[in-house]
Amino acid sequence: MKTSHRALGAALAVLAMTALTSCGSGGEPAADGTVTLKFLVDNSQATVDTAKALTDAFMQANPTIKIETETRPGGSEGDNIVKTRLSTGDMSDVFWYNSGSLLQALNPSQTLVDLTGDPVLQHVQKDFLPVVTQAGKVYGVPAGTAMGGGILYNRKVYDKLGLKVPTTWDEFMANNEKIKAAGIAPVISTFKDTWTSQLFVLGDYYNVQAAVPNFAQDYTAGKAKFATTPAATAGFQHLADVHAKGYLNEGFGSATADQGMKLLVEGKGAHYPMLSAQVPPLVASMPQAATDLGFFGIPGTDPAKNGATVWEPAGVYIPKTTENLEAAKKFLAFVASPAAADAVNKAVQPAGPYRVEGAKLPDDAVQVAKDLQVYIDKGATAPALEFVSPVKGPSLEQITVAVGSGLTPPAEGAAQYDKDVEKQAKQLGLAGW
Amino acid sequence: MTKQHAGPRLEPGAAAEQQRARRRSAYPYTLYLPAAVVYLVIFLVPTVMAFYFALTRWTLFDSTFVGLDNFRDFLSEQNLRIGFVNTLFYAVVTSGLKVVCGLLLGVLLTSKLRLRGFLRSVVFFPVLVSTVAVGITFSALLRPDTGLVNKALALVGVDGPDWLGDANTALLSVALVDVWKGVGIATVIYIAGILSIPRDYYQAVAVDGGGAWHRFRHVTLPLSWPATYSVVILSFIGGLRSFDLIWTMTRGGPGFTSDTIASIIYKQYQAGFFGLSTAGNVLLFIVVTAIVVPLNYVLGKRQVAA
Amino acid sequence: MRVLRRFGGEAIALVLAAVIFLVPFALMLLTAVKDQAQAIDLDFAWPTEWPVVRNLVDVVEARDFVLLRAYVNSTLVTVASVALIVVFASMAAFVLQRRAGRLGSVANFLVLSGLIIPPAIVPTIWLLQALGLFKTMPGLVLIEVAFNLAYAVLLFRAFIAAIPRELDEAAMIDGCTGLSLFFRVVFPLLRPVTITVILTSSVAVFNDFVNPLYFTPGDDNATVQVTLYNFQSQYNTQWNLLFMDIVLITIPPLLLFIFFNRKIVAGMTAGAIKG
Repeated sequence: MKTSHRALGAALAVLAMTALTSCGSGGEPAADGTVTLKFLVDNSQATVDTAKALTDAFMQANPTIKIETETRPGGSEGDNIVKTRLSTGDMSDVFWYNSGSLLQALNPSQTLVDLTGDPVLQHVQKDFLPVVTQAGKVYGVPAGTAMGGGILYNRKVYDKLGLKVPTTWDEFMANNEKIKAAGIAPVISTFKDTWTSQLFVLGDYYNVQAAVPNFAQDYTAGKAKFATTPAATAGFQHLADVHAKGYLNEGFGSATADQGMKLLVEGKGAHYPMLSAQVPPLVASMPQAATDLGFFGIPGTDPAKNGATVWEPAGVYIPKTTENLEAAKKFLAFVASPAAADAVNKAVQPAGPYRVEGAKLPDDAVQVAKDLQVYIDKGATAPALEFVSPVKGPSLEQITVAVGSGLTPPAEGAAQYDKDVEKQAKQLGLAGW
Repeated sequence: MTKQHAGPRLEPGAAAEQQRARRRSAYPYTLYLPAAVVYLVIFLVPTVMAFYFALTRWTLFDSTFVGLDNFRDFLSEQNLRIGFVNTLFYAVVTSGLKVVCGLLLGVLLTSKLRLRGFLRSVVFFPVLVSTVAVGITFSALLRPDTGLVNKALALVGVDGPDWLGDANTALLSVALVDVWKGVGIATVIYIAGILSIPRDYYQAVAVDGGGAWHRFRHVTLPLSWPATYSVVILSFIGGLRSFDLIWTMTRGGPGFTSDTIASIIYKQYQAGFFGLSTAGNVLLFIVVTAIVVPLNYVLGKRQVAA
Repeated sequence: MRVLRRFGGEAIALVLAAVIFLVPFALMLLTAVKDQAQAIDLDFAWPTEWPVVRNLVDVVEARDFVLLRAYVNSTLVTVASVALIVVFASMAAFVLQRRAGRLGSVANFLVLSGLIIPPAIVPTIWLLQALGLFKTMPGLVLIEVAFNLAYAVLLFRAFIAAIPRELDEAAMIDGCTGLSLFFRVVFPLLRPVTITVILTSSVAVFNDFVNPLYFTPGDDNATVQVTLYNFQSQYNTQWNLLFMDIVLITIPPLLLFIFFNRKIVAGMTAGAIKG
């Protein structure tokens, strides 16, 4: 009986292990020819709703393909999960991820299926392709819509106070002064969600490239810096200015993006530097958001050159490790088709224009999308810096919080960001750093 | 395995040899085996691999050997100094408060209170709640406008700050929540320590006519030293490494003002700078060792003296 | 007079402790049973409506009943890891305490390192893949065992130090050696500290969210903490559901605690304080 305990223990352990292993089985093609695709998306409401509309419509048209959607956290944590799963060969069959500089960091030539010249791209607008391209090869199709990054404002507040949409920064600050006098918070800031603090800097890129047309190239090559380019430092300066003048809402340091949107819709705040994509998910619970909220680009110095910065839609990509390439391509072809846009329009209001030929905005589009469309029709837009350069420092959101809370002077913040960018470029092994 | 043990040292006589053999059969090294296998394979091998990766520029997809560049870059990290000071501050504040509060609660909860059992449970319960849940709840309580803490302060006429959004209070707030969550463990250790003090000592004090303070100062405090030692070491290591509560409540913000070494490492990791972050990990390991080992030695010596 | 003072002291201590330690729980419970509109305020106003059942059903049904699957997964992982931790750590601690020597000092050093060194995530993932254990429950169990072993060994070692060696000797005269000495004579004596280890490590494993997030990605293997973490962004305007989720996942540790409450101090008495 000496070993009875050990034997019992071992038996228990084996039992426990077999019981556990049986839970982890993956989705194999079933006998009846049905293929199951896994689709990884971030867990923001807008993405989840769009993904649901896309997959539902697709499965209806293709009964032999079933799509299971998985969600992951957003932000840098989500970036990390995507990278880890790609590098360990464990990515879902199709996945939703940012285009532009974040895509470049995924090393697409090693990890993603090359779609160059593939029929899945037939409806994709040509000017979208660069943001899903690396070294001449195309890797993704646009999912959802482009969006504007600038100032969301409450039109009711503007009407009540008789204000005009500003075309220069000075006009903007003058508006703020009047709004503050009326007892409304002029500029909403929500630094608990740190990413929201970057808009004054990132959304100012239209003005940067208007002043310094080759900034993106020189910046990628390590020649142009934020701290030494006055037009680029302006974004940091703006952040500091609105804080110094006391234009921020109370409790801005611990407010979240949702609280910020709520303040804006309720008219307790007048401006919110934000992406237009934040508006459509609100319409369900606060219908007035569709009409009361408007959009304008962050104003610069010259009223004649007024314009807006645009964020390209995210992409849907196929990892090389998929075992269902045919079905995955079929899904991508659907995502980049006018039919997909119609399906999405029924579920989520678009926040900006589609990047698919023949896809239209619905007539009852939200006001922010209409406002953005005006800039696009005028040709007064520029893509954000992250779509024209692979270099983006990871600490920008902390630096902008520090500058926007008055902890760091703007010039120092810009210099800190230059160092942050340098670190990123070195770690990416880019030439010239 | 046993070979190395029967080394060249000469044993005086057969009795010792026999005892040695008996010890070998009574306490066989095979008992180490299961623990050793899991620990070596799952924990130690990756840790050793990490030491190599700390010397590479590593993007998950490929790695290039860069020597000590990562250590240089990590040390020149602009916020490392803030992070280092914050880490020490956090460890000292949390372990200090856990000692003081744990000791006071321990004394209180070993005295003849009628609601002792209930209070013990209440104090220990936060230990059981997950960090994520605690972080969410306290973020709500500490909200500047609607949070309960500031509403309570407003009742007595104090205008409370934006606890987590203000650079001056963010780290301290998180440290206090950490104490709230962890003081239960310290209290239980103190209760155990106080209960193991022989009654005779208290009787001796009573004979001498000493009061409650005298009892506390000359019996409870010195004789619960082993408990203090455990609380200090455990909470100090925890404080130096602490990450999850800070991350769920402030993410190191506002700006960089509540960053600790562990949160800086995690941010490098998130940014995809795996080599750099692994180098930071190695540095954190060295820092913790450099502080905890001497501390352990000093406190341990005092324990023997007491 | 003295009686009065004692009552006064008792009352103050009670009120203070209750306020400091119970108020956050009161907030969780109250918010969990409110409707969405009222929950947004996150205050202590009495609920105007009591949609308890609806909130409960909403949380459980969310994302295809992921919470129920997560419950099963968390329970399995916790039970399996804690069982292995108790057996492995107590065995190792026994030899570690009883038999000094070079291997013993190495083991001691490793135990201390286990407390100090932060685990390296990505190399661990590679290793698990090589072993075919990545994204599997057994893989997660091994991770939890490896990461929680050191602390358990410390607790066991301190407790074993208090067991007189004479006991081993007596058992050896009866012919018990090695495994049988440990499992038949020593292990039963470790009951108090075993309970402490079970409690602390099951809380650590059950409440862990970083490791499941990295080592078992995907909804199939989600654990309760990961679902809470994901709900956090999904329910960022539905505080009632978020807090209902918190309340639901706090119940298992609470039950364990009520069950073992009186034993915790007993285990610590002989154990932890001798560190």
